[in-house]
Amino acid sequence: MIRGTIIVATDICKACELCITACPQDCLEMSPNLNVKSYHYVQLKNDTCTGCVNCAIVCPDSAITVYRQVKTTPKGATV
Amino acid sequence: MEPVANIDGMELVYKKPHTLTDTPMHYCPGCSHGVVHKILMEVIDELGIQEETIGVAPVGCSVFAYEYMNIDMQEAAHGRASAVATGIKRVLPNKYVFSYQGDGDLAAIGTGETVHTVNRGENILMLFINNGIYGMTGGQMAPTSLIGMKTTTTPFGREASTMGNPLKITELLAQLPGAYFVTRHSVHNTAAVRKLKKAIAASFKYQKLNKGTCFIEVVSNCPSNWKMTPVESNEWLEKNMFPFYPLGDIKVPKS
Repeated sequence: MIRGTIIVATDICKACELCITACPQDCLEMSPNLNVKSYHYVQLKNDTCTGCVNCAIVCPDSAITVYRQVKTTPKGATV
Repeated sequence: MEPVANIDGMELVYKKPHTLTDTPMHYCPGCSHGVVHKILMEVIDELGIQEETIGVAPVGCSVFAYEYMNIDMQEAAHGRASAVATGIKRVLPNKYVFSYQGDGDLAAIGTGETVHTVNRGENILMLFINNGIYGMTGGQMAPTSLIGMKTTTTPFGREASTMGNPLKITELLAQLPGAYFVTRHSVHNTAAVRKLKKAIAASFKYQKLNKGTCFIEVVSNCPSNWKMTPVESNEWLEKNMFPFYPLGDIKVPKS
């Protein structure tokens, strides 16, 4: 499986939780900590992220940057 | 701040477009304005027309749009964004011009300007954000509020007999001969956002053809004034707004 990860700009996250609904892998959660605006910011809860970009597309504050593993094998081949 | 290109062998696949400024947005959590700003700026970034685009900001929640969009912007008086955009386009016909307006701006105080701009077929893109409420002033009834919708000025729900029927301005404008491309979109989920992006990219391309006005309505939410969480407001949007404001193309150019 392709692996990915996200980096959240925690200071501009407003805890709308739209990314959590949009994530097909269910790998996002709200952090128990607060940011400078007293919002619980979003964070990764496990490593099932595939870098599908869905969370970043629905983020109204453009707080999410997405990284994805580079494909090294042709499609369909076993690694 | 520019993100790093590589983490643990993983490459950067999505970042905030550089056509958006680093200013944190003042919108409420979950507001659709942020998504529409981002998608509009992504299209401008991908088409490489940052230097050739002029936007006109409205009065309403998106009054500070010029703070976030890293392009040339002009602020217009309430409801007059389409008239200002007309002037800019006529003086600078080679630039891409768009107006960005909410429902209080475009469908209430600026109805006259809107109808006549589209009727004249000005070669601009008009982006219309419809959330069925006056967001900035505290959630009063808008012309686009649904029947039965509770707002601060209609606490028992909107009634057609005394308050009139909701205004489908997009369908109204589609009948005018000056309209070239009229469509209705939403940003409640990823698929809808991608469709909106395609529509915006198409309308910037149509603008070079000088065939008429492109009009895109975005049915959006207002979690604060609908008094819901952002996730609930998107569900409410799908359940109540979409039956009355169906998504899809209303007028497409004849090829």
